[in-house]
Amino acid sequence: MGSTATRAEHCCVAVAECFRGDGEILANPIGTIPMIGGRLARASFEPDLVMTDGEALLIAGARPVGVDDAPKIVEAWNPYRSMFDLVWSGRRHVMMGASQIDAHGNQNFAFVGDWEHPKAQLLGFRGAPGNTIQNTTSYWIPNHSARVFVPQVDVVSGVGYDRAAQLGAAGRFHGIRRVITNLAVLDFETDDRRMRLREVHPGVSVDEVVAATGFELAIADEVTESRAPSEEELRLIREVIDPTGSREQEVPNS
Amino acid sequence: MIDKRISEDDVVSEIRDGMTIGIGGWGSRRKPMSLVRAIARSDVWDLTVVSYGGPDVGLLCAVGKVRKVVYAFCSLDSIALEPHFRNARQAGTISTLELDEGMFLLGLQAAAWRVPFLPTRVGLGSDLMRQAEIRTVVSPYDDGEELVAVPALTLDVALVHMHRGDPGGNGQYLNVDPYFDDLFCMAATRRFMSVERVVETDELASGGPIQSLRINRLMTDGVIEARYGAHFSECVPDYGRDEAFQREYAASAKSPEAWETWKAKYLDCGGHDEYRKVTGLTEGLSNG
Repeated sequence: MGSTATRAEHCCVAVAECFRGDGEILANPIGTIPMIGGRLARASFEPDLVMTDGEALLIAGARPVGVDDAPKIVEAWNPYRSMFDLVWSGRRHVMMGASQIDAHGNQNFAFVGDWEHPKAQLLGFRGAPGNTIQNTTSYWIPNHSARVFVPQVDVVSGVGYDRAAQLGAAGRFHGIRRVITNLAVLDFETDDRRMRLREVHPGVSVDEVVAATGFELAIADEVTESRAPSEEELRLIREVIDPTGSREQEVPNS
Repeated sequence: MIDKRISEDDVVSEIRDGMTIGIGGWGSRRKPMSLVRAIARSDVWDLTVVSYGGPDVGLLCAVGKVRKVVYAFCSLDSIALEPHFRNARQAGTISTLELDEGMFLLGLQAAAWRVPFLPTRVGLGSDLMRQAEIRTVVSPYDDGEELVAVPALTLDVALVHMHRGDPGGNGQYLNVDPYFDDLFCMAATRRFMSVERVVETDELASGGPIQSLRINRLMTDGVIEARYGAHFSECVPDYGRDEAFQREYAASAKSPEAWETWKAKYLDCGGHDEYRKVTGLTEGLSNG
């Protein structure tokens, strides 16, 4: 059954695995495949996760993504200002995107180029400084390439391990767990907390990932293939959480 | 109770060149657009705009009113990046104070409580600290931790849009999130609230849960009745975001000619009543 899973479905499972062991915290994956993966984790092996509707409500169940009128089981009210209470008390694991990321996990989605006169204005700092310094962070990057995985980011919006280490005690709540991409699963489980290739998705070679990364990647002693969804997980993805197949638009099968 | 009802033009008459204007709402949600358009048509310049940014920031940038933007993001929600704000940034015509979304809350809260800063760990290690305006403070307690001192975001003027209000300036929101509108008002010297409908005071509490009465009249100096005043941003349950109109607005950032066409039609047409006629939002409008 696993061999029938698409690349996007492998990505969903890899995202879900990021939240394994988190227990009763706010799992806050941002983006289509992150949302599917997070809800998959809760519907299968991490039932205590708390999740949002993307706006001001905490909702129960495996609500489908991309179906606006799907019923919501509301657990609680969580307007923006309450979100900061959760972030700053550390009861959250966020998964964000990145326009640029370096070997230490410094992330940029604010702007590219010069501070006063950027070549491309992007999102701004949004919540990245606070997220990365106050709660667990993972990243989702649907387009693994040397344009994103760069030797040095133009602006540090999300804090990486090297900078957090320099902060001493003030950096004690920092932690980047995983980086999931359309090609691979990466982590920072090295002595010097540099990004490491952990798993590749089926059909992707280690060389391909190395070539698509603009800095020297640490490589696990044994790079394994990312886990395929179980039959039940595949059913949850296809029939319950993403019945319209929006995951396949974000990461086309290859 | 003082009757605080005034017009958009009355608000503009209180705004001077170089002032710092805080605008409530979030992204393309519940933005006081009739007030923003009135400022865009006025002869005030060099504004500093403080906002969880959306089309308010973009529109004011597009007409050249803005010297500086204090922001954490500037988005149209369904269109991720505000195109007029991007144009201004990429042309280098505006300066910025870059903030994290949560620092922004602390800055408004500090201003509201009249303290110079509030401490946080947020910002440490990030490039926000490259800005001279963001400084640190050392904890005077045994931990001795160095923290970010988020400066008070003190405002000259706050503009917010609520669903309902009474003539005295009490206001009610009926959607799912109050955003930070009360804090914008508390952080400002002069506070103006547009509302979809002005109602009798007793209709406020009967019109929604007591927690929806987020703005009280100690927070406001003027009330502007503006049905569809948040258009084209979202103002549910009264109306959703006008996505087609927003796409047209976003497309107007593609060239100076496209912008002139949009501006002539929707901005130079006149005040809010004229705008409602041009946009077809004439329900309840006299001579509509």
